[in-house]
Amino acid sequence: MSDASEMTLEQREATIGGIGCARRRKEDVRFIQGKGNYVDDVKLPGQVFGDFVRSPHAHARIKSIDTEKALAVPGVLAVLTANDLKPLNLHWMPTLAGDSQAVLADEKVHFQNQEVAFVIGEDRYAVSDGVQAVEIDYEDLPVLVDPKQALAKDAPVLREDAAAKDDVGQGPRKHPNHIFNWDVGDKGATDKAFAGAAVTVKEDVLYQRVHPCPLEPCGCVASMDKITGELTVYGTFQAPHVVRTIVSLIAGLPEHKIRVIAPDIGGGFGNKVGAYPGYVCSVVGTIVLGRPVKWVENRIDNISTTAFARDYHMTGELAADEDGRITGLRVYVLADHGAFNAHAQPTKWPAGLFSIVTGSYDIPAAHVSVDGVYTNKAPGGVAYRCSFRVTEASYLIERMIDVLAQKVGLDKAEIRARNFIKPEQFPYTSCLGWDYDSGDYPRALAKVLDAVDYKGLREEQAEKRERGELMGIGIATFTEIVGAGPSRNCDILGIGMFDSCEIRVHPTGSAIARLGTKSQGQGHETTYAQIIATELGLPSDDIAVEEGDTDTAPYGLGTYGSRSTPVAGAAAAHAARKIRAKAQKIAAHMLEVAEGDLEWEIDRFKVKGLPEKVATMKQIAFAAYQSLPEGMEPGLEAVNYYDPPNFTYPFGAYLCVVDVDRLTGEVKVRRFYALDDCGTRINPMIIEGQVHGGLTEAFAIAMGQELIFDETGNIQGASLMDYFVPTAVETPVWETGHTVTPSPHHPIGAKGVGESPNVGGVSAFSNAVVDAFAHLDVTHMPMPHTPWRVWKQCEALGIGE
Amino acid sequence: MNKTAVKMTVNGQAVEGQVEPRLLLIHFLRENLGLTGPHVGCETSHCGACTVDLDGTSIKSCTVFAVQAEGASITTIEGMANADGTLSALQEGFMQEHGLQCGFCTPGMIMRAHRLLQENRDPSDDEIRMGLSGNLCRCTGYQNIVKAVRYAADKLNGRQEAAE
Ligand code: FES
Ligand code: FES
Repeated sequence: MSDASEMTLEQREATIGGIGCARRRKEDVRFIQGKGNYVDDVKLPGQVFGDFVRSPHAHARIKSIDTEKALAVPGVLAVLTANDLKPLNLHWMPTLAGDSQAVLADEKVHFQNQEVAFVIGEDRYAVSDGVQAVEIDYEDLPVLVDPKQALAKDAPVLREDAAAKDDVGQGPRKHPNHIFNWDVGDKGATDKAFAGAAVTVKEDVLYQRVHPCPLEPCGCVASMDKITGELTVYGTFQAPHVVRTIVSLIAGLPEHKIRVIAPDIGGGFGNKVGAYPGYVCSVVGTIVLGRPVKWVENRIDNISTTAFARDYHMTGELAADEDGRITGLRVYVLADHGAFNAHAQPTKWPAGLFSIVTGSYDIPAAHVSVDGVYTNKAPGGVAYRCSFRVTEASYLIERMIDVLAQKVGLDKAEIRARNFIKPEQFPYTSCLGWDYDSGDYPRALAKVLDAVDYKGLREEQAEKRERGELMGIGIATFTEIVGAGPSRNCDILGIGMFDSCEIRVHPTGSAIARLGTKSQGQGHETTYAQIIATELGLPSDDIAVEEGDTDTAPYGLGTYGSRSTPVAGAAAAHAARKIRAKAQKIAAHMLEVAEGDLEWEIDRFKVKGLPEKVATMKQIAFAAYQSLPEGMEPGLEAVNYYDPPNFTYPFGAYLCVVDVDRLTGEVKVRRFYALDDCGTRINPMIIEGQVHGGLTEAFAIAMGQELIFDETGNIQGASLMDYFVPTAVETPVWETGHTVTPSPHHPIGAKGVGESPNVGGVSAFSNAVVDAFAHLDVTHMPMPHTPWRVWKQCEALGIGE
Repeated sequence: MNKTAVKMTVNGQAVEGQVEPRLLLIHFLRENLGLTGPHVGCETSHCGACTVDLDGTSIKSCTVFAVQAEGASITTIEGMANADGTLSALQEGFMQEHGLQCGFCTPGMIMRAHRLLQENRDPSDDEIRMGLSGNLCRCTGYQNIVKAVRYAADKLNGRQEAAE
């Protein structure tokens, strides 16, 4: 067959729109016309609404619940309480971390705004009236807010249901409010490093309690078909397949009778990984009433009850020689998990991947110990735009290395360069056991320092200090661990954390791909198609990508922890390669040559040495349904379940410049430069967008976000009035750059990027603020760096007025 | 609860309904009219996801009652495309400049930007940022939203080449 088209190689490449091109997003067409389909847009015939009666108390015994008046409200159809769920054994549900969580408060409430009753009615307004009319009598109990008091002898026992258990899912406990201890590293070697060290530093570093706060809150619509016994649940699920398995396990319904659909999701950032009481109550509601039940939380419910992040009370210590070369790292963490251990981590990792805490540095000895405790706060502890506990870990080491720099009098860029894992050390095994796949940290840092004229900035800073002005330069050279993960060390409820892709090529040469992940704005419909386009030689415009429907997509573990590209992206490449292997056989048959005589070029197979004899992928697709080699199965499709051999280790070097007004405490971000290395870059436009978004979330966390509680457990400000979400006015302008160090074990060398900017960003902001005060012997300032707090620091130093 | 009759014009079409006086305009649009473009992100007038255009002003439809819109002329994102069905300059700008990710804030952003460009045909970047400060986005970091509005302003002011 001859090449009908006259296109040049470049033109053919451009037509494919594959890896590396900044193709515009396919999903945008519906969103910019108001035609997205988010969960609250789902409207099924006969649909009713449900909402919760929530506890005003943080810790109280429920003496009575009277639903009579609520049931008399016009339009109210049912009111569920724990007693109604008990016969179904659904008043408690298992958490991803091996604990259990009350679906509706059973005898006791454990945090403010906890779900106590579920009112179902014809519309939102009737339900709201019903919620007001439920009468509940509480008896106050002593409240535990401070995790440091949780393990005290006389601390109130929060979880009476679990008090006698010596394991609530993640190992032995030493107190009724204790959840687990996790200990990793070589304690002996670390102690020795500290004993003989020329320099040691120690700092208490709190990563405050924050909330991912996606613009769309969580919600679902559950619909039971009484005739067929089939349950359909639409919801804001970052991991729809896992939800199906959990629903099957909790509700005792056969898994094939459950269909979980995650429609368009309005941002997730970790908030939409967990299983929430609203989902369970909607399912029970539809089973009881035989009508679809919708539950959508409001913003206050979202911030105060569904999955918070962090609340890590860390103590970091570094040992070093007099040149600032680190010889040992010691970390203790007190982790506040709230009232139920419902954080979302791979099951065997009670502190997630926190042991990446050695960061980008070649540290010979380290020891980490983490205690998880209960308090009277909402459960959670999700990865807010980061891989499992990686932000916490990275923040700690990036803060501590600055503290060390100040102690030994070294420049903060220089101390990093001195301690970096060197490019020639890769693949590198850290002392805490991680196998870093690839990296070139010195190059990244050098590029950033050059781009911002670091020397000039330091000179300017010195001059300003002379004049009593405060200017700070913050650096973060972070390494992430993402793409969970290899099933030998990662599972959720016993299911290995693989992911999947199924591709079908249609006779006319277009295709559909389905994957086990679920985009919440990352642009999967665009980027997966690019991977497949390059591998298959079909235009990405002709490749439809579908996710989120468990009836059609292959099983996968979902989207969080930057795992989509590293895991499902690899599955897409492998599935496409299977198809190409079959295509090669078909091409050989079409061109009447041996398979080995063919070579691949962009979108076709060519006969070696006879460049005019070609079979394009489009031609092959048609042949796959019509003229096959003897004995070959028709069709052109493949599925791949990809169990990654390792995690990927994206990294970056960020630099932030701030000016601090000592009279008002206001911090102005003058400049922020972010260099990311995420390996092979699939779509530079989308990468840049992800970086902008992640930096903005990092800015919010470092500068203002915090969930505060008073001593009786009242959450202070769970609305957007108080909880800081920056507008376009406060948000700095971002500069970005990149280097490319491909992952050697990933089929296309990609590492994942969505979360890097949050991981590196928080440290860069915080380091910049502290650096502004470094000449005044300040080594640490707790986040968030609000004007009030910064001014308090100025005041303490006598420079506040 | 007693219902009241309301009449208004939405995206050029006359519509009417019988509503409870307490029904929010956002729910009237979404539930009664099936216009699910405007979203609810907070219900407290902070996020701007529910922004629509009412008689030539941007309003947050989560804090306006449907009855207050009696006789008003409303435009939602569903009414933003050009008369011939092609994308408006703003819609095009958001797509070309990657001004959206999850898309949840987008209908409100575009509606607000639309009004902003009526108020100020050629805003500076700072004016765009200030003009959109009632609308929150959790995904994009705003930089590309600013570019998207800039793209539309360039196009509307006949600086098409600059927008390419
Ligand atoms: S929903 Fe109206 S401003 Fe947030
Ligand atoms: S694109 Fe997700 S909130 Fe703006």
